[in-house]
Amino acid sequence: VSIDIRTTRSDPSVRIGPPSVPDPDFPMGEPDAGDAVDGDGGGPTPRRIASPLRPSDFGIKDVALLLIAAISSFCLVWVIFFQLTILTGAFGFFVCWYVGFLALTWIGASQVIERKVATDRVIAVLVTSATILVVGLIIFIVAWVAYKAIPSIHWGSLFTKDQKDFQPAAPDALGTVGVLHAVIGTLEQVMVAALMGVPAAIATAVFLNEVKGRGVRLVRTVVTAMSGTPSVVAGVFIFSILILTHVLTYSGFAASLALTVILLPSVTRIVEEVLRVVPSGLREASLALGAPQWRTTWSVVLPTARSGVITAVLLGIARIVGETAPLIFTAFGSQVLNANPFAHPQAALPLIIWSDFKDPQAVLITLAFQAAFVLISIVLILFVLARLFSRPRGNKGKASRRNDDDLLARMWTPVPMTQGDGS
Amino acid sequence: MAISVDVREPGTPAAPPQPITITTEYSTGDRIYRRGVRIVAMGVLVLLFLIGLFLFKSGLPAFRVAGWSFFTKSGFQTEGPHPVFGVLASLIGTVEVATVAMIVGTPVGLATALFLSEYAPLKTRRSLIAMVDLAAAIPSIIFGLWAIFEVQNNVVGFSTWLSRHFAFIPFFKVDSPPLNASIFIAGLVVGLMIVPIVASISREVFSLAPMGEREAALALGASRWQMIRTVVLPFGRGGVIGAVMLGLGRALEETIAVSIILGTSVEVNAHILQHGGTTISQLIAVNFGGGGKLGLEDLLFCGFVLFVLTLVINLIASAIVNRSRSGAGTDL
Repeated sequence: VSIDIRTTRSDPSVRIGPPSVPDPDFPMGEPDAGDAVDGDGGGPTPRRIASPLRPSDFGIKDVALLLIAAISSFCLVWVIFFQLTILTGAFGFFVCWYVGFLALTWIGASQVIERKVATDRVIAVLVTSATILVVGLIIFIVAWVAYKAIPSIHWGSLFTKDQKDFQPAAPDALGTVGVLHAVIGTLEQVMVAALMGVPAAIATAVFLNEVKGRGVRLVRTVVTAMSGTPSVVAGVFIFSILILTHVLTYSGFAASLALTVILLPSVTRIVEEVLRVVPSGLREASLALGAPQWRTTWSVVLPTARSGVITAVLLGIARIVGETAPLIFTAFGSQVLNANPFAHPQAALPLIIWSDFKDPQAVLITLAFQAAFVLISIVLILFVLARLFSRPRGNKGKASRRNDDDLLARMWTPVPMTQGDGS
Repeated sequence: MAISVDVREPGTPAAPPQPITITTEYSTGDRIYRRGVRIVAMGVLVLLFLIGLFLFKSGLPAFRVAGWSFFTKSGFQTEGPHPVFGVLASLIGTVEVATVAMIVGTPVGLATALFLSEYAPLKTRRSLIAMVDLAAAIPSIIFGLWAIFEVQNNVVGFSTWLSRHFAFIPFFKVDSPPLNASIFIAGLVVGLMIVPIVASISREVFSLAPMGEREAALALGASRWQMIRTVVLPFGRGGVIGAVMLGLGRALEETIAVSIILGTSVEVNAHILQHGGTTISQLIAVNFGGGGKLGLEDLLFCGFVLFVLTLVINLIASAIVNRSRSGAGTDL
């Protein structure tokens, strides 16, 4: 591994970098005042550059460079595109423009500044556009769902009706259907899953971080592996163990069990990370005062980690609320309201979308979009709440703040838990 | 603050102070607590074991009927006297979708991670990270809706262009024209779905690159990219490999978005640009409820195959990420 320290300004008389102390003879920021003669005379006159290039320098000149590259690329590609027609459509034009933009940025920067900087600029443009792509995509998808759903929402019926009295021929067909059955189904399934999964997850996390002892490594590995279990497998598993054996019928409760399988490992991992940042001084103080271990966990560790635990629970719910695949095999879906989670198939928001989006009736497709809108709103609200709870307050140290940042990502990514001290 | 005052009748002698016995034994309460928590935690082990066991047990009859040809045949014709079924087409399709997804998702994910850890201004960093994480929170069915209504029509033009100019690559050849509902489109969408996974793990690993080495590189005159190339990337190499593998695990399991795009095909489709194709999870989700008893057992065994596949990949990936976290790879 070598670091390229070539510089085009390798004139031995050049002094690279500003003087370490402010010096009236070397006014900082003055553009290349290298020809100014030093006071003491004699010997080669030291020339200097005004200020070294800093890696994060990005001024008006650089913006201008990017703009010029973007515009020239646009013009160039416009000419070539309509002469040669390599690609068709706006997408092809955009791809050509982007490649041209990168090339011109590189050429421009290597002419105006130097080659090393040019590569740096191109990479910076690449990573920035990747992030813009991802963030833009999210905003676009959320806005797209809202745009498809909101104008046609029939507020009077959306949350008060199910699909039982659907009259496709009626003039206001949307007024005869709603997603009440799905909202109730989703709420029940998710709540029951949370009631079962969260205490188990907290207990497992307490075992991993407070009780310890034999099996910690194994449990940690298994929890990590399970958090990558395909959600469709969770559904098929509950189906094979309970419904195939006639212990349960298709029901909301079966769906809750499948969702618990998904919820448990994800919440466990977050709670474990949260417990780890509880200062061990608090534990030791409690134990030294004579409190038994269970009392220390219950009255000291868990209350200290409260906001993190709440974050974990909210994120866990946000994660399972949109799961579709496990519900196909367990809740099965239904057109009518079924408030009893323990018997008969039950509807759910994702299931409504799954069954209605390909329906030949345009009204039901619209209903699917409205269900999608309700679903994405729930996810967004939970996500924002989780973020509010995870926001570091007052006396929390810097380390725990970084940890909080990473927690949000943990719910969806099967990141293994840190084995060490949780740097 | 509590002050305890010893109030005694005057004249009564003070009770001699009793020594407290200190033991290393756990109290009864603690023993119950430790036992209980351990049992719950071991329940997780049992759960994983049960998943494997029951999927295998319930799917075994189908495997008995098909024998090892389960892995060399494809189709979902499970009724009638001569059933033909197997996982081959779905296995190939799963690999195809995952490959396209990795080709799309990995560069974007890594670039996003680099931006978030190295380039993003401090003020906006937290919000940007939250936005990227939010991408992971969007339910896959909504990605599927978006793909079928918006992405598909726009990508068909690109697919046509690819098939016209790169037909010499076998995968890009097209035999039968309709270019919608293809493995390529499914892979593209899944690729976008794994970006936040690759990005958030890589970002975490990148941000652990030691500050001293970074500053040393910059002090030697490296540009920011040279610093990243010589310090951040070598340091995070193991983590990046793990992140990509975890993304792969996610790409292999994606069910709903793929099912929405691919429809109900069950045959091997090596031409990724044209209509058709199937993945294991799509096969399970779309064909559930059809095909009678044998069909159900077939699907359960497919579920077992998928379970084992993702379990192995995730375990390897976790081991790699963990090793990279503990400092391996810092030897520059």
